[in-house]
Amino acid sequence: KRRRLTMADILLGVTGKDYVLLAADRSAARSIIVFKNDEDKILELDSHKLMATSGPQGDRTNFGEYIQRNLQLYNLANSVPLSTHGAANFARRELAEALRRSPWQVNSLIAGFDKKGPSLYYMDYMASMHKVDKAAHGYGAYFTLSVMDRYCVKDMSLEEGLSVLKKCIHELQTRFLLKCNSFILKVVDKDGTRIIDMDGNTVEPPKPKTFNKSDDSDSKADE
Amino acid sequence: MSILEYNGSGVVAMCGKNCVAIASDMRYGVQQTTVATDMHKVYKMHDKVYIGMAGLATDMQTLVQRFRFRLKMYELREERKIKPNVFANLVSSMLYQKRFGPYFVEPVIAGLGDKNKPFICAMDLIGAPVYTDNFLVSGTSSEELYGVCEAMYRPNLEPDDLFETVSQCLQAAVDRDCLAGWGAEVYVICPDRVIHKTLKSRQD
Repeated sequence: KRRRLTMADILLGVTGKDYVLLAADRSAARSIIVFKNDEDKILELDSHKLMATSGPQGDRTNFGEYIQRNLQLYNLANSVPLSTHGAANFARRELAEALRRSPWQVNSLIAGFDKKGPSLYYMDYMASMHKVDKAAHGYGAYFTLSVMDRYCVKDMSLEEGLSVLKKCIHELQTRFLLKCNSFILKVVDKDGTRIIDMDGNTVEPPKPKTFNKSDDSDSKADE
Repeated sequence: MSILEYNGSGVVAMCGKNCVAIASDMRYGVQQTTVATDMHKVYKMHDKVYIGMAGLATDMQTLVQRFRFRLKMYELREERKIKPNVFANLVSSMLYQKRFGPYFVEPVIAGLGDKNKPFICAMDLIGAPVYTDNFLVSGTSSEELYGVCEAMYRPNLEPDDLFETVSQCLQAAVDRDCLAGWGAEVYVICPDRVIHKTLKSRQD
C-alpha cells in the first residue's frame, strides 16, 4: 500500500518583529505504532533558513535533505545565499514538477531571515505556497490557528511569540486526541538559527545517536 | 470533494465603456480551513492584460510562472506587448496541451485590445474559450456570480460605475459561498490608468 500523508504531524510557525519561530512535535509514528519520540522535523537549510516538514518519514527526510543540499550547492556556486523567497520558490518548483510524476507528500513551513527581514512560507503538499505571519499544518491546525489569530499581534517580541506558542501547545495537549508531550522549537533571526526551549533559552542540539559498542553504556554491563 | 473545489475562489470579469474590470476574492483555503486572507488570484500580465485564475492554487501559481515566461519570450521576439485575444489563445493552447492530465484552473482574461476595445474571455480547465461582451465568471461561486451579474449588469458603464457594479456583484456572490470570500480585489483597466482597490468584505 502506498504511504499516505497523515495529518497527525504537528507543525506550527509564527513570525515576530525580527524572528520566525517554528515548532514541531517530536514523535515519529505511523498507524498505531510510535517509532521514536525525539525526531527532529525542523531542518536547517542554511545558516538563516529553517524548513519544518511533515508527512511519511521517507518523503519528509528525502525532500528536506534534497532542498537543503541544493541550497548549499547554490551557496557554493554563487558565493551568496539565496533569499528566503527564492528558497521557498525553489522548493515549490520541485514539489510542483514532481506533483504529476511521483509526488512528494510533504507539507512544509519554510522560515528564514534575510535582507527583507523575517518571513514564513506555508507550503502545501501539492506545492501551493503562500507567505504568512502564522501557520500550522495537519490536525494541529484545527486547534491552534484560532489561538494564533486571537493572541498574535504585529511585531511581536520573542517572549510574546513564545507565549502564543505555549498557549497553542497547551491547547493541543488538552484537546487533541494524540499525545504530544514534547515539541522541538527553533528560531531564526539575524544571528541565525538556534534551538530554544519553552522559556526562550538556547539549548544544545540533540546529540545524534551513535552505534559504536564502546559508547553504549549497556555493553559495560555485559563485560 | 472535487479537485477544483479544494482551494475555493470566485473570479468575475465585466466589460464597460472603454474599460474592463476583473475581480476576485482573496481567500487561500485548504478545504474547509482558511490559511490566509491575502492571496492574489488576479495577475497582471502587462498594463492592458490581466488574468484571473480560479481553481487549484498550486496550478495557478505554476501557470502564472509559465505565462510570465511565455510573455517575456513573446516580447523579446515580437518587440511589442501581447494583445489580450492573442494571450487568450496562448492560454487556451497551453491548457489543451495537458488535455489528458490537465491543470485544474479555470482562467478569466480581461484586457484592452486594439483601439482600447474591451476584451474578456473565460475558459474551462482544458482551454475551451468563451468570448462575450458583457461578463464572465469562474470559480466555486460561479453559479452565484452568474445570478447576481445577470441582474446587476448594464452595458456601457463608466469606470467608476463599473467598479461599483463589479464589487457589489462579487461580494454578494461570495458571501453565499463558504469556500470564497475573506476580502476582494478589483482591477478596472482603462486606457490611461488601472484602478486597483482591495475591498474589506465579510470576514467569514
